[in-house]
Amino acid sequence: MKAFFSLSRALLVSNSRDRTWLFFTVLFPLMFLLLFGVLFKGGATAHSTVLQVGPVRVLDSMTAAQRAELGRTLTVRRDDDLADALRKVRDGTDDGALQQTGSGQLLLHFSAGDQTRAATVQGLVQVVVQQTDQEATGRPPAWTLTTAQVEDQSVKPIQYLTPGLLGWAVATSGTFSAALTLVAWRRKRILRRLRLAPVGLSGVIAAPTAVTLLVALVQTAVFLGVATLPYYGLRLTGDWWLAVPLVLSGSLCFMSIGLLAGSFAKTENAAQSAAQLIVLPMAFLSGSFFPLDYAPGWVQDVAQVMPLHHLAAAMQDVLSRGKGVDAALPTIGGLLALAAVLCVVSLRLFRWDDT
Amino acid sequence: MTGDDDAAITADGLRKRYGAVQAVDGVSLSVRRGEFFGLLGPNGAGKTTTLEILEGLREPDEGTATLLGERPWPRNPRLLPRIGVQLQASAFFERLTAREQLATFASLYGVGLRRAEEMLARVGLAEFAGTQAERLSGGQAQRLSIACALVHEPELVFLDEPTTGLDPQARRNLWDLLREINADGRTVVLTTHYLDEAEILCDRVAVMDHGRLLRTGAPAALIRELDAPTRISVPSGALSVDEARTVLGEGAQTTDDGVSLVFATRSPASVLALLGERGALNGLEVRGGTLEDVFLHLTGREYRE
Ligand SMILES: Nc1ncnc2c1ncn2[C@@H]1O[C@H](COP(=O)(O)OP(=O)(O)O)[C@@H](O)[C@H]1O
Ligand SMILES: [Mg+2]
Repeated sequence: MKAFFSLSRALLVSNSRDRTWLFFTVLFPLMFLLLFGVLFKGGATAHSTVLQVGPVRVLDSMTAAQRAELGRTLTVRRDDDLADALRKVRDGTDDGALQQTGSGQLLLHFSAGDQTRAATVQGLVQVVVQQTDQEATGRPPAWTLTTAQVEDQSVKPIQYLTPGLLGWAVATSGTFSAALTLVAWRRKRILRRLRLAPVGLSGVIAAPTAVTLLVALVQTAVFLGVATLPYYGLRLTGDWWLAVPLVLSGSLCFMSIGLLAGSFAKTENAAQSAAQLIVLPMAFLSGSFFPLDYAPGWVQDVAQVMPLHHLAAAMQDVLSRGKGVDAALPTIGGLLALAAVLCVVSLRLFRWDDT
Repeated sequence: MTGDDDAAITADGLRKRYGAVQAVDGVSLSVRRGEFFGLLGPNGAGKTTTLEILEGLREPDEGTATLLGERPWPRNPRLLPRIGVQLQASAFFERLTAREQLATFASLYGVGLRRAEEMLARVGLAEFAGTQAERLSGGQAQRLSIACALVHEPELVFLDEPTTGLDPQARRNLWDLLREINADGRTVVLTTHYLDEAEILCDRVAVMDHGRLLRTGAPAALIRELDAPTRISVPSGALSVDEARTVLGEGAQTTDDGVSLVFATRSPASVLALLGERGALNGLEVRGGTLEDVFLHLTGREYRE
């Protein structure tokens, strides 16, 4: 235990004097969040505009209040020239053109050129139509409620960027730091020296592990702190604290992946390259940087076997979708199980010495 | 095999092979408690490998080692706090200061910080306590490394070529420190490829070459037993070589390299008498045998450092 504390302290002091380390573990992923946050701000919730061609009862019968409410997500403009409206949809000026083709029959023209916008406008129009249906069947109208739903269903960029990028940051620091520490210690003969001291292998491995977990917690705090700034507007819901055990088990899982890579690597550079080769493709395939909803089917299938994907998805659930322990537990269990298996393998491959 | 109480180390028939290289080839030795023992040999002789086997860092292919009555292999937690090791290449934590390095090692051994401070002063690094290990000079780094090996007051200390790469002044300073460590009552095992160092510091040396111990004993005894000729030299030209050879005959081997006239002889009295007669004693130097001669005699070749 004593060995664990003195090694952890030595490692923390040593790391904190390393500017590159500070940059890559905290600032670099945060830069991505700041950057993507700005780039995508309002991206997926981009206002949709629909051109109304001729009379459309669902739209025409709206009250002013309802129209204003709708206006927050969907702008409706009148353009009675169908050919002109279609041209505008085709060249992307507007997202859709809505026509009433008979009583109770609506036709929505949209462009397949931009799938995101097409899907968004379809969804929005559908909601409007369903709403009117409900009114027609005599159920109590609930405009406000429905528009609120519209907003919640359309995931804001910050809501997937935060868990996605945080997951990526945790994966990167997890895969890199623990493995790199052990490889560096081995190459600099510190492991050999420690082998001559009365310390157990567990203390030697636990120290970099604890430091990496601490880093993951700092990353989480910084990310949530920034994302919940009014400018980025992430609103934490109910059981958001579950992100902490998720991040910790994710970090352990990625450390064990790094440990495995580090068992084979002879130099820090080799370990670093191996870790990067693992983490970067995984981040893309897991949808850390952008949602996979419109990615090809095989990418979505591959994502299912990526621990990073599950980590980000579960974090998104607990951070901003109001889900609770049920959503987090299976992922935590899976991450820890994978970590345990990989750890056992890496410990078998562990070497104190190069030769 | 059980070591008697007096033995700090007993090794019996150690062998270690790396691929085609037989690094250690049947080494047996014993070191008494409190002794300053030197393992002397040129680079590649197998000194480090022998030391690593004794320290418990490597498993020998054959043979057994016993340290302080304990087996070093497999890793023996009872033995580890009783031995101190300075590795051939320094092993420091990156970006930690001298004080922090020492404090870390101290707490690994459960030793207080006060002791770490004392140790720092003892090796003369008090004023460099706040300097990061990477920025220490070669001699300072060796001192820190020795301090780390000693911080837990081990009974038995291994030092692998502690003075290699140091300038003469730093070497001499380190010798003083090593003598003090031994004077504290600790057993010291030192490897070196400097013959003079072994001769000056060690109670006993083992001369090693090609993985084998050629001879073990006190430096003076090894030299005496060699019965090497005494070398007497005077400045070149004090006497002609021919004249010297005529007078001394088989009694001395005479050579003149243009700088010195050198006599190698087993009857120095007759040479000195001759030089005295001719008034050629200015700049006289007399040198007995050295470990270098011992090495030459044992291996049949010049010692190469
Ligand atoms: N880890 C190793 N792998 C392969 N060969 C080695 C290894 N360590 C040492 N050797 C070889 O073993 C021989 C003895 O080396 P070493 O014990 O380091 O000698 P010394 O310390 O006397 O210089 C040398 O020929 C060296 O090249
Ligand atoms: Mg050596």
